[in-house]
Amino acid sequence: MSFQLDRVGLIHANGQAQGQRALRAVSISAARGERLAIIGPSGAGKTSLLRILATSIRPTEGRVSVLGNHPWQLSGSQLRRIRSRIGFIHQAPPIPPRQRVITAVIAGRLGQWSWWKSALSLIYPADIAGPRDQLARLDLADRLFDRCDRLSGGQLQRVGVARVLYQQPDLLLADEPVSAMDPALADLTVSQLHAEAESRGVTLVASLHAVDIALRWFPRVIGLRAGEVMFDLPPAQVSEAVLRELYASETGVLPSQDNQPFIPSSGAQLPDEAAGGGARKPVAPPRVI
Amino acid sequence: MSGATFAERRAAMGFCLHCWTTLLLMAVLVWASFAYLSLDLARLFSAESGRGMLQFVMRFFPPDTSAEFLRKIGKGTLETLAISALGTLLAAGAGLLLALPAAGRLGPVLKALTRFVLNALRSVPELVWAALMVLAAGLGPFAGTLALALHTSGVLGRLFAESLENAPPEPARSLTESGAAPALAFIYGTLPAITPQLVSYSLYRWEMNIRMATVLGFVGAGGLGQMLYYELSLLHEAQASSVIIAMLVLVVFVDAASAWVRRGQMRVGG
Amino acid sequence: MSYSAQQPRLRDPDALRRAGWALLALLVLWPLIVIAEFRPADLFDARNLAVMRGFVGQFFPPNLSGDFLGLVFKATIETLAMATAGIALAMLLAVPLGLVLTHSLSISRIGPGPDRGAGEAVRALARMALLILRGVPELVWALLLVRAFGLGPAAGVLAIGLTYGGMLGKVYSEILESGDTRPARALLESGGGRLMAFFYGLLPVAGQELASYTIYRWECAVRASVIMGFVGAGGLGQLMDQSMKMLNGGEVSTILVVFLLLVLLADALSVFLRKLLA
Repeated sequence: MSFQLDRVGLIHANGQAQGQRALRAVSISAARGERLAIIGPSGAGKTSLLRILATSIRPTEGRVSVLGNHPWQLSGSQLRRIRSRIGFIHQAPPIPPRQRVITAVIAGRLGQWSWWKSALSLIYPADIAGPRDQLARLDLADRLFDRCDRLSGGQLQRVGVARVLYQQPDLLLADEPVSAMDPALADLTVSQLHAEAESRGVTLVASLHAVDIALRWFPRVIGLRAGEVMFDLPPAQVSEAVLRELYASETGVLPSQDNQPFIPSSGAQLPDEAAGGGARKPVAPPRVI
Repeated sequence: MSGATFAERRAAMGFCLHCWTTLLLMAVLVWASFAYLSLDLARLFSAESGRGMLQFVMRFFPPDTSAEFLRKIGKGTLETLAISALGTLLAAGAGLLLALPAAGRLGPVLKALTRFVLNALRSVPELVWAALMVLAAGLGPFAGTLALALHTSGVLGRLFAESLENAPPEPARSLTESGAAPALAFIYGTLPAITPQLVSYSLYRWEMNIRMATVLGFVGAGGLGQMLYYELSLLHEAQASSVIIAMLVLVVFVDAASAWVRRGQMRVGG
Repeated sequence: MSYSAQQPRLRDPDALRRAGWALLALLVLWPLIVIAEFRPADLFDARNLAVMRGFVGQFFPPNLSGDFLGLVFKATIETLAMATAGIALAMLLAVPLGLVLTHSLSISRIGPGPDRGAGEAVRALARMALLILRGVPELVWALLLVRAFGLGPAAGVLAIGLTYGGMLGKVYSEILESGDTRPARALLESGGGRLMAFFYGLLPVAGQELASYTIYRWECAVRASVIMGFVGAGGLGQLMDQSMKMLNGGEVSTILVVFLLLVLLADALSVFLRKLLA
């Protein structure tokens, strides 16, 4: 059992007596090696859900079990060891602007290295080939020694992904990891995450804004809306109707990575209210090796 | 995928050359300072000197809390507060007077001259002023008051002059244009606009002057400082530690009070 | 047409309140003047005037003899060395205490997780230690340390180390909390240790501000070193104290001028270094 959420709820304290509810009675579990995508409109609670899985936030209700442990019942050092086995890819990578790419990637193993090795790596990285190889998977090896503030948004996101790949965690969590990338690079990145999860048999959970990526790459799709799980289905069963109900309040167009109106694989077309008329064929993005 | 290439290893160094030289230079300067002062740190922190320190510190406990001495401490605290309050008050007045020429209101020559005087006043530390004032006015809190007044005039004078320069000129100008004398136009037109800022600066300096006033006594300028110096020179460690505790309490109290006032001001929207 | 016999009484509603405040101010001012023994007449007392006239009269010309200038030069170097060594000691104290105090490096706050009570207790202890270190005026430390270690710059260095350690520690912890703490927090959340989260996550973000404030404090330490000389901790201050006790106006004026130049130099150096960092 990789993780198990049992009627988990989360209320953010916001100065009022009520608080703001982010999650309500979420019950999901996954076995080791599963790959899940979480989709839903903005504000649905996708980030909160992932952070609970990452043991960064404590749920207000319900029980959490991650990597076979109840994290909030562990001692400090045990919790730390669990956390070093969980990799979190942030939507906006938390990397100091003046840091070099190689240092940012190496920081992925700080939870595993001795402090001596970590301290020396500030001056001279203990491992150059490792970070370089991970960056090469994401087509970014040529920027190994550049400063992070010289990268574009999509490149910085890939550095964040490379850091987690370098960490080699047992549980891979990704919070909108490709939001700043064009469709080709997004596809490459998600394919690498998929390859990593498959080759090492580890669990991958990704929240995605683009529905097309979720349906294309993940064998299990969870829909989240206003903090509640709406559905938990394989992509073949995620029909247009299901999706419309999930994104009900947004415009008639479903979000996709290339910002073209998305048509689910069932082939039915969505009324394109904005452009008005004309059938559009689904566009398959080019595959990049 | 092999190990790092030679080119990669060369580029991997995390610190540029001039970072290293800067760090090295600072380390050399620090080491040179310790060497010049012949400070043997090892001996300083050795077991023997540690024991000596401990014995020295133990003589300070317990502090003298007899009613009679506490009354003396109360008097000393009041004296310290009075020195700081009166000194700051005088400095605010003098500062305002000097700020007028320093802001250029009385011509460029006076401006340069006044700015020079203000700089001289604030560059000389309060303690040096206190030593000088003890010569001029004798031992006691009067010297301390004068010292604080002189030094703080320099500080407040410059701050007030900056406020004055940044004050909007329209109110005063419209008054002079309708026939008011320049002095009155200043009082009715400019002063009300800058008074909150002046008061705020003065209160801030008062808070710092309380800290200063506690130590001016070391050169004979009254207050808790003079008490401490006196007790220590007579080797009355117990009494000395009472005075030190009183100083600490005073400083903490003033810190807390000013933080409370500032938080209150923010809530009111000042 | 005549108005009604009743006319509103014209009175300033604020008048009473202002009178009250003025009375209060006077009531407070009077004891202040008494307690502070404010007697301007003392300035013009014959004896004091004579002393001052003699003393100030010697200010010009200042004593520029070779021997004395040599003494002054050595004292100046001693003062600079005191300030530098003192700040070095202060950093030794401030860096660990500041790191312990700052809650951007607190693992127990994530969640909140286990050991939360212990974490808060340790931070409270660190805060109290820093408060005592900077609450006691540096001159008091200097006086006590002179009694313990004897006359000379050692007492001054330690006094600066202790007081400025307290100041630096508090400001370091505030600087570390005020910048972008997300990189450090992300490293803590992925199992990294506190020290490494500092080096990889906080130092790149806050390093410049930390260095800039430290240089500013070095400049303050130069001035403090001179003042400490008055209680026997060496440097320019001790020289000035001795000259004043002997009422040698010429020497005092020389030292004053050198002091002002030193402060200007330290200020310029500090501004230059801080611009270099940016």
